[in-house]
Amino acid sequence: MTRLLTAVTALSLGLSGAAIAQDYSGQLKARQGQFRILAINLGTLGDIAQGKTEYDAEAAQAAADSLVAVSMIHQQPLWPEGSSEMDMDGTRAKAEIWDDWEDFGSKWSALGEAATAMQTAAAGGAEAIGPAMGALGGACKACHDSYRAPRN
Amino acid sequence: MRKAIGIVVLAAIAAAGAGWALTAPKRLPEARFTGMTGDPAAGERVFTAAGCASCHHAPDASGDDKLVLSGGQRFASDFGTFVAPNISPDPENGIGDWGLADFANAVMRGVSPSGQHLYPAFPYTAYAHMRDKDVVDLWAYLLTLPASETPSAPHEVGFPFNIRRGVGAWKLLYMSDDWVMGDVPDAQLERGRYLVEALAHCGECHTPRDGLGGLDASAWLTGAPNPNGRGSIPGLTPDRLDWDAGSIAYYLESGFTPDYDSAGGHMVAVVENFAKLDPADREAVAAYLKALPAGGEMD
Repeated sequence: MTRLLTAVTALSLGLSGAAIAQDYSGQLKARQGQFRILAINLGTLGDIAQGKTEYDAEAAQAAADSLVAVSMIHQQPLWPEGSSEMDMDGTRAKAEIWDDWEDFGSKWSALGEAATAMQTAAAGGAEAIGPAMGALGGACKACHDSYRAPRN
Repeated sequence: MRKAIGIVVLAAIAAAGAGWALTAPKRLPEARFTGMTGDPAAGERVFTAAGCASCHHAPDASGDDKLVLSGGQRFASDFGTFVAPNISPDPENGIGDWGLADFANAVMRGVSPSGQHLYPAFPYTAYAHMRDKDVVDLWAYLLTLPASETPSAPHEVGFPFNIRRGVGAWKLLYMSDDWVMGDVPDAQLERGRYLVEALAHCGECHTPRDGLGGLDASAWLTGAPNPNGRGSIPGLTPDRLDWDAGSIAYYLESGFTPDYDSAGGHMVAVVENFAKLDPADREAVAAYLKALPAGGEMD
């Protein structure tokens, strides 16, 4: 009887482990949040580059510093296995991220390099910020091209 | 009875003959390009706007390797999968043994040097509107690019679409000398129309297709399902794209949307190319899009 109970318990624990999907909502919120922080700060700089707002050296520097700060966030805990768009809803992260983790990491580093260049350009007015925005756009696009799924 | 059968048979032969004639490849007049010499520097700008490398570079090529036009990228469609050929100047595996007239017929008429129809996965319905000088300059530039020995892979197209003669019938329906936007009152709109409708061939992705795979010109640039099956391609008419002209031009330069999201997917290659063009070209495209009627129906 004890052996039967043990077997049934073990089996149901194993099955329930498979049935309860891992809750990665925290990681999704975090990594999507960092992209939103990037977008807001890119907006400050991009609007200067496009001439939509007046150049403000302090605001530009703060925005560039924020981009660098985000690029320094350690990514690995935010991208657990099983959190791709094939595994769950609410994310556009392609499964290729985990197949090519090193390449994904190098594209994240490229964002950091472009952000660092913007820290210097931010002091140079709209003329310097423009090309640095181009470099940032290139870094964003390069990763999205490989690792972000279409919207629907 | 025998007379009736005879008439029917004759009519069938006549119809087949007419069909054969109508679907024949139509080459450009031989003398059209005599005396024209190409300027490779000008050709490079045409090459960039027309996006030749984006389809013809090797899969996963990056940086300067994108100028090696060895082909191999695959384009899925409802009619099968088309594989981009080698269009490098290699004389055996590329198009290095072609002449200017061969190139012009391919690009502007979709006809190969051996007289076969090319599949319209190659957007010659758009390139048909190219200026002769741009075609000549583009040919001169292509000849300066590195040669690739990679053989072209065959298309994976099943019956009946593997009968190239059928494309002749398709062309009767879908090739036109007319522009979609008929009225271009200033030079900027004219340039925008040339970029959108001819060189950058935006309509090929951003316009819905009918059951025969032709563009539905009455819904011009109103968006379409993504041919690779996932998601959809947005419309660009003012009722579907509410960005101002400056934001459209900036997106083409940087890939940033007005919310500072960043382009992904096929637009990455498009933005890469547009970023290399003059700001005036990007502004012309923006002006053209803002001038489109809502809903796509042109007057």
